[in-house]
Amino acid sequence: MSAQNQQQDSSGPPKGIGPMQRREMWLAYLMLAPTFAIILIIVAGPLLANFWISVKPVQLADLRPPTVLVNERVRGKPAAAGDSAEIQYRLRNSSQDAEVRNVVLTDEVPEGFNVTALPEDCAMSGRDLTCTIGTVDPGWRERLKLEGTVTDAFLAANRPERASKPVIEGDADNILTNFDFSLENFRRIFSADEFWSVLRVTFYYTIFGTGGALVLGLFAAQLLHTTFVGRGFVRGLFLFPYVSPVIAVAFTWVVLFDPFSGTVNALLTKMGVVADPINFFGQRAIEYSLFGIPMEFPLALTTVIAFEAWRYFPLSFLFILARMQSINTDMYEAAEMDGATPLQQFWYLSLPQLMGILSVLFLLRFIWTFNKFDDIFLLTGGNAGTRTLTVDVYEQGFALSNLGAGAAVAVVVFVVLVTFATLFIRFSPKEEGL
Amino acid sequence: MRPGSILIAAVTGLVWGVTAIVVIAVTLTLITGEVALPQATAAGVAGLASALVFVWRQSSEKSSGMPAWVWSAITLFLILMIGSFAAPFNLPIGIVPVWQGLALILFVLGATWATSVCLSGARLGPMSRYEREVVYIRVAKGIGFVVFTIIVALPFYVMVMTSLKSQQTLLANPLDLSIDFSQGLDGLLRSYVELFTQFNFGRYLLVSAYVSVATVVLTLLFSVPGAYAVSRLRFPGQAFLARSVLLIYMVPAIVLVIPLYAVFSQLGLRNTLTGLLVVYPATTIPVALYMLQGYFRGLPSELEEAGLMDGLSRVGVILKITLPLSLPALASVSLYVFMIAWNEFLFAFMFLDNPDIFTLSRGVVSLNSSEVPRQHLMAGAVIATVPVLVIFLWFERFLVQGLTAGSVKG
Repeated sequence: MSAQNQQQDSSGPPKGIGPMQRREMWLAYLMLAPTFAIILIIVAGPLLANFWISVKPVQLADLRPPTVLVNERVRGKPAAAGDSAEIQYRLRNSSQDAEVRNVVLTDEVPEGFNVTALPEDCAMSGRDLTCTIGTVDPGWRERLKLEGTVTDAFLAANRPERASKPVIEGDADNILTNFDFSLENFRRIFSADEFWSVLRVTFYYTIFGTGGALVLGLFAAQLLHTTFVGRGFVRGLFLFPYVSPVIAVAFTWVVLFDPFSGTVNALLTKMGVVADPINFFGQRAIEYSLFGIPMEFPLALTTVIAFEAWRYFPLSFLFILARMQSINTDMYEAAEMDGATPLQQFWYLSLPQLMGILSVLFLLRFIWTFNKFDDIFLLTGGNAGTRTLTVDVYEQGFALSNLGAGAAVAVVVFVVLVTFATLFIRFSPKEEGL
Repeated sequence: MRPGSILIAAVTGLVWGVTAIVVIAVTLTLITGEVALPQATAAGVAGLASALVFVWRQSSEKSSGMPAWVWSAITLFLILMIGSFAAPFNLPIGIVPVWQGLALILFVLGATWATSVCLSGARLGPMSRYEREVVYIRVAKGIGFVVFTIIVALPFYVMVMTSLKSQQTLLANPLDLSIDFSQGLDGLLRSYVELFTQFNFGRYLLVSAYVSVATVVLTLLFSVPGAYAVSRLRFPGQAFLARSVLLIYMVPAIVLVIPLYAVFSQLGLRNTLTGLLVVYPATTIPVALYMLQGYFRGLPSELEEAGLMDGLSRVGVILKITLPLSLPALASVSLYVFMIAWNEFLFAFMFLDNPDIFTLSRGVVSLNSSEVPRQHLMAGAVIATVPVLVIFLWFERFLVQGLTAGSVKG
């Protein structure tokens, strides 16, 4: 209400924002805050962290920082009150190549154990034991012995030394958080022979996978753009590949195209189309010669691209069909009157109308295909010439246990992606509203 | 040179003859397990001749009582039988005679029907460009239907049928995808029973359901207020936000995996469902927010303003006016998010080591080893697929509208 009063009082339009708008603004920020928080933590944070990891020589094993491990036990077999016994702490540096600094052991000595002799690093206050050990070398081992006598309370208890767990504190270099940087990871991945072939495979896969899915989708949309009995059923069926879990369809393809027990190969060989079974997902290339020039046909890569087109054509089909159904039919009637043939109608009327959605779909699918990891990983594991950048991230980071190199490849993925996105945003059609 | 009706009819008949015999022979092979070799040459010639007969009879139909397609079918049958020496599938009559007979009838009817639909209206003599293109398009669409149906349905058919077989029969004849009822229901469903009893799949199913539903709830809790703010409230940076939220969806999961793996390992979140329930909503919220804000924008704002006038607070307006109106959008977003969470593989694979909290995706991967027979793997795939397909078929209408409404205008 006060905003309106203000407006009436002042002669011109309001400057700045009034209290009501301000309240609205704060409400909006409040409503968006949770979304922002989770996206910052889970998306933006890791993105930055990935850059950080990529300039560090981190191995998978480094995720557990070195620490001192401790094992407590009672030595000597005290049978009666007053017998002497020994509490032993066995200490060990978990790392063979990193030191641990400021190591301190704290524990509570069990009830009924009277300490008579302490190691020199240790001090007692009440039942609390504190041993200041200091810096220990890689691979260091040590035993701390507390000598003393026991009382009945100690004997009565079952494994009294377990009553409190010894606590170790210590600082070690965590390779993830220190400030040593190196470009070793990048040098490593760029100098590897396979990197450039990985890059080439990635582009083949992305371009042909996207193109295949779009062309199939466009064709399928033409099929379903007429009304017939069972159209809803067919549309549902055509969406199956997209809706089903990737894990199910990928393994089905693997089983279907298996060279020994696969249906497709059995059909091809039994019907005499090919002499020997074809290892669709395992064979890198088929050699043939065209006019005397030896050529290679990348078999496994083509199969993987076919899978990509098969799995994602439903998405483009859905969008193209929706767009086609929103085209005004008057235009076609007019064209029909003027004698345009069906192909002309498609080429000169439908296709221009579909260009917008086709280009948007191309951009989206291009980026998503580029980002795709699951499909190739499940189908071939990146073998037989199908390793793309995303599979390489896994290969470097987890199969070879070199997290730093994996993160470096991920940086390459991200940089290429940002380049695409920038190009696309610059040249994308504005009217489709994406 | 312009192709006349004779040439077009010949090509149409040839194409359909060959397509029909190949498709039907392969189907026959997969159903019976007997290798049916399609006699493509004979079928092609038969199709060609029958199409010519069809066009000829159609041109002079008034003179004869029998419709053109009957003539065509008879021609097709006779030439096929002569050309293939009465064995159109290269199988002796004695082997699976019922199926062979059925396949033959299906071939004759199918090829005749397809040819006659494609060539209906064609007359002997020259054809105009319009008429020719109509035939081309009919043939292309017909072939398209056949091809699409096969490439979509065949993998799912193989998946289900393989899961019902036993190891020996699979290795003995990979082509035999028939259902062997003689082994009884127990024998048929052996793989499923073993998955549920020995491989803990009942638990995976529950975990997957729990994770997916929880992801849907969390995503909606975050994205509904966010989408409302972006679409209805005015604040600096609104337009920028509305556009950039989709950019988040472009960030590849594989780039996030290494840092999240590192951090979650140190926080002890890695091998837990909590970890998954932090990551999944974060990846689905942007797309949910985008879909919802598109829908909210389409709602008439007068209704909400009326609500505000009548003394409702903003929260009241959202709960009592906006949300009830956007139930279809909420349903489609929920379904979409459910599908994403149910089908998610990468994070489940990287994060989960403990078989007690495997999701279905992770569980099926663990079946992919040389020690586990193939039919178990396929049964696992069926178990993972069926729930999501059932839910999808149930809510298909919502999903289709929701997916396309946010982005397509016009």
